[in-house]
Amino acid sequence: MKRLLRDRRGLFGLLVLAAIVLAALAAPLVSSGDPDTQRDIVATRFLPPLAGDRHGVFHPLGTDRFGRDVWTRLVYGARVSLGVGFLAVLLSITIGTAVGAVAAYWRGAVGALLLAVTDFALALPRVVLLLLLAALWRPSAALVIIVLGVTGWMSVARLVHGEVRALAARPFAEGAVALGAGRGRVLWRHLLPNALTPVIVAAALGVGNAILLEAGLSYLGLGVQPPTPSWGTMIASGRDTLVNAPWVATAPGLALALVVVACTLLGDALRDALDPARAGRER
Amino acid sequence: MLRHVTQRAIAGIAVVGGVVTLTFLLLHAAPGDPAERLLGPTATTEQLAAQRRALGLERSLPTQYATWLARAARGDWGISIATGRPVVAMFAGAWPATVRLVLLSLFLAYGLGLAVGAVQATHDGSRLDTALSITSVALFALPGYWLGLMLVMVFTYWLRVLPAFGSAGFDSDFLTGWPRVADRLRHLALPLLTLTLIGVGGTARFVRGAMLDVLAAPFVTTARAKGLKPSHVIRRHVLRNALIPVVTLLGLSLPALFSGAVFVEAVFAWPGVGRVLVEAVQARDYPVVMAATTISAVLVVLGNLLADLLQGVVDPRIGTRQP
Repeated sequence: MKRLLRDRRGLFGLLVLAAIVLAALAAPLVSSGDPDTQRDIVATRFLPPLAGDRHGVFHPLGTDRFGRDVWTRLVYGARVSLGVGFLAVLLSITIGTAVGAVAAYWRGAVGALLLAVTDFALALPRVVLLLLLAALWRPSAALVIIVLGVTGWMSVARLVHGEVRALAARPFAEGAVALGAGRGRVLWRHLLPNALTPVIVAAALGVGNAILLEAGLSYLGLGVQPPTPSWGTMIASGRDTLVNAPWVATAPGLALALVVVACTLLGDALRDALDPARAGRER
Repeated sequence: MLRHVTQRAIAGIAVVGGVVTLTFLLLHAAPGDPAERLLGPTATTEQLAAQRRALGLERSLPTQYATWLARAARGDWGISIATGRPVVAMFAGAWPATVRLVLLSLFLAYGLGLAVGAVQATHDGSRLDTALSITSVALFALPGYWLGLMLVMVFTYWLRVLPAFGSAGFDSDFLTGWPRVADRLRHLALPLLTLTLIGVGGTARFVRGAMLDVLAAPFVTTARAKGLKPSHVIRRHVLRNALIPVVTLLGLSLPALFSGAVFVEAVFAWPGVGRVLVEAVQARDYPVVMAATTISAVLVVLGNLLADLLQGVVDPRIGTRQP
């Protein structure tokens, strides 16, 4: 942890993510209230950033074509986008860890089958599958989480499989078996905790990716549905007003890029901090 | 070698078969009825039934599946439900636009990415490295469709120098010679720039990491200790070995030829495969979606195989060795 904080990338990533999560959690406090509020559309639409309207409400990032405050929608949208991203990664990591661990520790038929399924799933075209799944059922945030989770677990399964197999051959694991610990206990208490390092790194990188894909699906109209603010739907609605109100699409895109940069840097720093061999070499 | 390739090819065919079956089942398990979409909400029950019969949807699932497979094997991919055009013709029309766009951007992104990553790795820890690192992470993190919109805003709406939509102007049919080529190039510029910028970030990050890994290897120290020129060490010893994972990545991005540009094509109304796919999925156009998934599965498998073979070329040690 200390090493992580000394790494400028890790510190930056943590601070940015913490700030955005705080803003999302405290959305009602840091914004002007309801993200769907529309007062007098004609007078309040397309207000540029840093403008106030006649109702005495200040709009730090301006308003969209319905006179809704962009900053308010941005922080409420962060709840949706971050929430979907985190939950999707949580789901894919749970599936991936379970599959990888079981395949590594119960070799033979079960393990071979699970590995074959993993390889098969890795070969699936993810974007096509995402579009397909998202388009076939009624779009919603829950569906996006499930779709992203179900299409993203394979690399984690591979990682965990490799780690657990390597760890199972180590003396401490054999020692635990010799002391009479059951297979489940050895796996759960001794092997998995030691195998989690690369999983944490993969998770940090995966969150950024999941948030990007969520926004992409929502942008195409296959994810979170308007008027619920998510960064993808905000970019999509800003697309139509690019000429008169470029700030509507700009703000959520920048927010998105910031979060993904933060996740990526945090993931890089974590990998270096947790892997002593790399720590001295890379900056 | 041959045995290795044969094994991989058989596994690949199994994967494609699995994807096709999975897509078929998903399409039919999902709620929604193409006949209803086609006829609209005012259709009567009899009309719906007739339409379903015409589309062959009233038969049992295994029959439909077997029919589709048999026809697909003969090269008959059916008629699009939404547009009434043969599926083969739809893809044949859309294919060149996507290949032109994605192939060029892959070429540019890998060329630039290799150069940037190599510069970074040889100047590890310098200010230049930090600056390039920040740039590549930022590019890597940008959503393609958003970057596309921003470029449209700047180059189309503010500077008014480049067109934002389609692959050719309204008058392109009347142009010949150079003006025609120029028109095409101007339309290509923004989508190509978007895809390339996004690609460079990821490639540069990857190349930098791969090269740093090789630079730390003992044989590089040996080469330097022998007194070889630094540029020779970098070119012959480091770069060549660092190319192995890069080539794998390149093979894996072959499917992007088909589906990778989906979002960017949507922004620029580029008449490519991505747009056909998005429209087909939204219209629940079974034959088109089935064809699209099959093609992209084949490309994924081919990409993996190609990466395998290219690795053998770049790294003779791998050759025919069994994994």
